Amino acid sequence: MTAAISVDNLHVRYGDVHAVRGLSFEVQPGQVYGLLGHNGAGKTSTVEVLEGHRTAASGSVAVLGSEPATGGRAFRDRIGIVLQSSAVERALTVREALQFYGGCYRNPRPIHEAIEMAGLTDKADARVGTLSGGQTRRLDLALGIVGQPELLFLDEPTTGFDPAARRQMWDLVKLMCAGGTTVLLTTHYLDEAEQLADRVGVMANGHMVTEGTPEELLASTPDTTISFVVPASQLGVLSLPADALIAEADGRASIRLDTPAPTQVLAGVTAIAVQNGFELDGLAVRKPTLEDVFLRLGDRVESVGEQ
Amino acid sequence: MSSRFPAAPKLLGAQLKYQLLTFVRSPVAVFFTLGLPIFMLVLFNALFGGATVETPGGDWSVQQFYTGGLAAFTAVSATYTNLVNVVPIRRDSGILKRWRSTPMPLSIYLGGWVTAAVLIAFGGVILQLLLGVFAYDLSIDVAKVPAMIVTFIVGVVSFAALGLGVASLVPNQDSAPAVANATILPLAFVSDVFIPLEDPPAWLDFANYLPLKSFVNAFQDTLNPFVDAPAFDLTKLAIVSAWGVFGFVLARSKFSWEPSVTSGTGPSRRSRRRRHAKA
Repeated sequence: MTAAISVDNLHVRYGDVHAVRGLSFEVQPGQVYGLLGHNGAGKTSTVEVLEGHRTAASGSVAVLGSEPATGGRAFRDRIGIVLQSSAVERALTVREALQFYGGCYRNPRPIHEAIEMAGLTDKADARVGTLSGGQTRRLDLALGIVGQPELLFLDEPTTGFDPAARRQMWDLVKLMCAGGTTVLLTTHYLDEAEQLADRVGVMANGHMVTEGTPEELLASTPDTTISFVVPASQLGVLSLPADALIAEADGRASIRLDTPAPTQVLAGVTAIAVQNGFELDGLAVRKPTLEDVFLRLGDRVESVGEQ
Repeated sequence: MSSRFPAAPKLLGAQLKYQLLTFVRSPVAVFFTLGLPIFMLVLFNALFGGATVETPGGDWSVQQFYTGGLAAFTAVSATYTNLVNVVPIRRDSGILKRWRSTPMPLSIYLGGWVTAAVLIAFGGVILQLLLGVFAYDLSIDVAKVPAMIVTFIVGVVSFAALGLGVASLVPNQDSAPAVANATILPLAFVSDVFIPLEDPPAWLDFANYLPLKSFVNAFQDTLNPFVDAPAFDLTKLAIVSAWGVFGFVLARSKFSWEPSVTSGTGPSRRSRRRRHAKA
């Protein structure tokens, strides 16, 4: 099976800035690939090359078997792009915008279907300028899929969203991608990649730092995190492991423990708390998230930056 | 997969509808493009009606003079002024970038935009002429109508090209209205639009080589009772066309589909600005 996206030793430069430095990765058809990294990691530059909006300094790139920069109209017919900050004509209604943009594809999705999928049925005849931020983003998504793309570029779809709106957006992305569309998602939210992506690549300073399924990345950091708050006066009796993170403020100590043996650690501290008659306030035991993976990769990220 | 792209005429038709719809839903654009010149025609006729304008050929009525001048000005507003105002807005808000992400051929997108501007200009000129004929005794010599049409076409195409070219040089959308007004309003005063220049000082001769006066005078000639049919002024039309070609060349080399301001992040925009600064 040929890869939907194949990037080999890609370099992108802007004058003196070397934004992407020897990036290689592949995205298989039907896969949702999450490209993670902080601002300036080279994600956007990479995606712009893949969309055909920017030329590479060197390296080779194949998207759906075409070279994006020269793929032209036939290539753009097969991809959908949800841009990060791109307005839609405010004077048009939602339906009109989808009709005008959808009208230039070979096989556009029926407009009412795109409107329904985006959950904009009530707003179909509202002017774009009157939509809320979340509704505008859903329209962006609808415009991205109105051409029934084989490959969808999703550039930071939930940046600036509140938690409830993010969940809604994720559900929407999952719904839209259920038909086997390949997706390249860029995000700096690690939980977003965990939610949506089948495979994740972490970028820093124009390099791929690590790559794998979200599960693989989590498996490489097997520790469970335990956190709680106690009166600072009780710190002495707790006999915490040496690597515990302790933050004291106003006579209270917030404690965070990363451990591969959560049951034993928990049994120890709860026994002491019960014996001494104090509570472990806000006690939480949680599996590591990709955020922790990223923190753990910090050293590698730093060393790459120094090259 | 086997199905084809929509045919070019169909795409162009949809683009025209899109451009005209966004225009009529912008009250500011409609007012400044169509409303203001009408208001000026009414105002000037109220203020100076019955007076005469002296030209080397003889004296002709003010309404004949103003209707021609303001009709030509409307055509320039609908093409040049509109494009200089709206291109940077659509560019910086990412609308142009969005269109470039679709399979719409960019030539059809720009072609539709220019055609829509020409249609708006046509509508505006017709409004002016109708108002002139019915309210201000404007007389139109049928023998000079071909010259009127040709002058109109040369003018709107040239000013649309010039609009695209100048819009390409506008650094950001905030400065677009200033650039549009600063390049056209002062010129309008020395180009026989608002005031007939009966005996201008010699240093104002430069206006004769600029596109606005050449176009306005060429159009006024087709309504000037002392200019005989067919009333083609090839020199003036050549000057207007030359400016149009200049605008086209400028747009070819400088037109950008990418936002010019650093509204977001990423090195692309910043570095592009740096490159422009060097150029």
